[in-house]
Amino acid sequence: MSHTNTAWSRRSVMAGIAGAAGLSLSGLARAAAPSGPPIRVGQTLSLTGPFGQTGLVHKITSEIFVAQLNEAGGLLGRPVEYVLLDDQSKPDVARTLYERLVTSDKVDFILGPYGTAAILAAMGVAQRYKKIFIQNTMGVPNLATYEWHFSALVSGAEPEKTLPQILYAAFASTAKPPKTIAIVSNKYPSALFMAGGTEKAFEDKGVKTVAHLEYDVGNRDWGPIAARVKDANADFMWVGCLGVEGNQLLEALGQLQYKPPRHFYLYPSSGPLALLPLAEGAVSLTNFDDVPPYNTSPIGGPFAREFNKRAEAAGLPFPHADTQAANEYSGWQILVAAVTATKSLEDKALAEWLEHNSVDTLVGKRDFSGKWHTSKSDQEKLRQLQGQKWVTVWPDEDATPGFKLLSP
Amino acid sequence: MPHFTLLAQSLLTGILAGALYGLLALGLSLSWGLLRLVNLGHFAMALLGAYLTWWFGTVYGIPPWWTGLFIVGAFFVYGMGLHWVFMRFRVAEMASMLITFSIAVLLESLLQALWTADFRRYETAWSSASIVVGPLFVPTLNLAAALVAAVLALATWAWLRFTYVGKALRAGAEDAPIAAAFGINHRQLSYLLSGLCAAYAGVAGVFIALIATLAPSEIWTWVGVVFAVVIIGRLGNPLGALVGGVLIGACEAMTMAVVNPAWAPLVSFSVLIALLLFRPKWV
Repeated sequence: MSHTNTAWSRRSVMAGIAGAAGLSLSGLARAAAPSGPPIRVGQTLSLTGPFGQTGLVHKITSEIFVAQLNEAGGLLGRPVEYVLLDDQSKPDVARTLYERLVTSDKVDFILGPYGTAAILAAMGVAQRYKKIFIQNTMGVPNLATYEWHFSALVSGAEPEKTLPQILYAAFASTAKPPKTIAIVSNKYPSALFMAGGTEKAFEDKGVKTVAHLEYDVGNRDWGPIAARVKDANADFMWVGCLGVEGNQLLEALGQLQYKPPRHFYLYPSSGPLALLPLAEGAVSLTNFDDVPPYNTSPIGGPFAREFNKRAEAAGLPFPHADTQAANEYSGWQILVAAVTATKSLEDKALAEWLEHNSVDTLVGKRDFSGKWHTSKSDQEKLRQLQGQKWVTVWPDEDATPGFKLLSP
Repeated sequence: MPHFTLLAQSLLTGILAGALYGLLALGLSLSWGLLRLVNLGHFAMALLGAYLTWWFGTVYGIPPWWTGLFIVGAFFVYGMGLHWVFMRFRVAEMASMLITFSIAVLLESLLQALWTADFRRYETAWSSASIVVGPLFVPTLNLAAALVAAVLALATWAWLRFTYVGKALRAGAEDAPIAAAFGINHRQLSYLLSGLCAAYAGVAGVFIALIATLAPSEIWTWVGVVFAVVIIGRLGNPLGALVGGVLIGACEAMTMAVVNPAWAPLVSFSVLIALLLFRPKWV
């Protein structure tokens, strides 16, 4: 569903509502087969390279969305064609491929790639050709200054300030709030950005930083980092990781027979971390996981089931829908809602509509009233690994039934 | 200043990590030094060995040592086959780098096609096991890898130094026409060495499977540091590869322990540049 707060006509708003609602039920409903020339939506993803496994999650999600959309009658009655290219996890390749998508493949719309660096590279292309640019994985919102950029994330404009507050509030609600913190972060732009914000926010709360370590992408030897974390013996370990780096650090800590009492992971690979016994009690961010209430909602249920089925067929070791997948799905929902409401393929019309309206997505209601077209507030939730399963634990009212944040 | 236990623990894990660099460098160094072939496919073969170890272990429950035996045999045959191609088409040193780079890219695509880009981890009972020595923890698998690396490096060094075949290989690499004049069939012997280099990649792969998390793109994470190890240890010198690996591993670890882990990637090439500038006799 979509909502308006401006002078947009009732008809166009109702069209947006109808379109988004139609898609929301797309897993269930059948409509007339789309006809006419396809509407082409182009995107690059990290299908190979160091972010290959996350790219695969986004690919599966996009394919599900497009299949559901076409089953539900397409977009404006026309079929949607998904043009996907592999940016090899390289921003420079992403930039070149977005040029190709716009100038050679002549797609009608583009969606952002995976990861802050690639998004920034692609955004330059979008700006040059005046294309609307909806992305769902940008970790440093203040760099997204392009006027037609729209974020599908729900982390607000200043996650480096708001996320640490959410995190601190969660642990402060437990019997023994942490008094010291050890920060271990990848030097990837968004991880470093969040690490700096976390250190400052926790120090403002009186939590002392006893270690702040940074490592490079592709770090091979985790032993010395683990030795320093163990030596610091902080109440809370905050890890600005990407992919399986959190696993690697935990395994190195395990070899030193040390387990942090409380531990948080910024951008982990949900599956590998869940399957690691040492990760029990790990905390991370969530907007969606394969647990109630997410996978029992009218949109989330069919999506999670379809995702799990396709992920299993693709051979993923942890075939469960998660936040990464849900964010990608939301990006598509935003695009479709704008096209449906405006009945237009003009980027300008879509941008103006999104500027003044909100869209109900898989990860919650999205408006773009935050700075740089981010969400108005940070609506991130916290999840925790309990019994090798991700469950939502914060805030209390959104917790998975029967679960709460476990902390010493 | 970090205290003694932290420094000692970091140094220990650095030495063990460095021994794995040495194990990976062993086949590359021999191939480059004695066959004049720069085999970038070596890294891809090591990762293929790692994936096979993981796959046989997790799907069929075959222990890594049995898989290791199979891999060593199969890779030995592959190494000889690859060398036949190089000999057949008279591939020169620089061309070998380009061809084997292509092999690495193809193998990366093959790994992804077979096992997806997702991360794979071979969980065993020893994954987080350590031997406790006073205040220090010695990771069991890393220790095993270091011991195997040391045994292979020492055995290869002795083979090259004391046996007729080893001497003939070195002579052929030094001056093939003169060696041939003394009745050495360098061509035949080079098949043996090429097979051995590929088998060493397989051995390294078995330990990578046990120690690291696997993803197809991991092929490239080792290239820079292992090249530095090969050059520091001198081309074709098996003991040098091990010593170079341990040196870089230890330097990286101390940098991580004393300064910041983010500085570690600078270490391998800084050490290489420093050694090339000051040129000790063994470089």
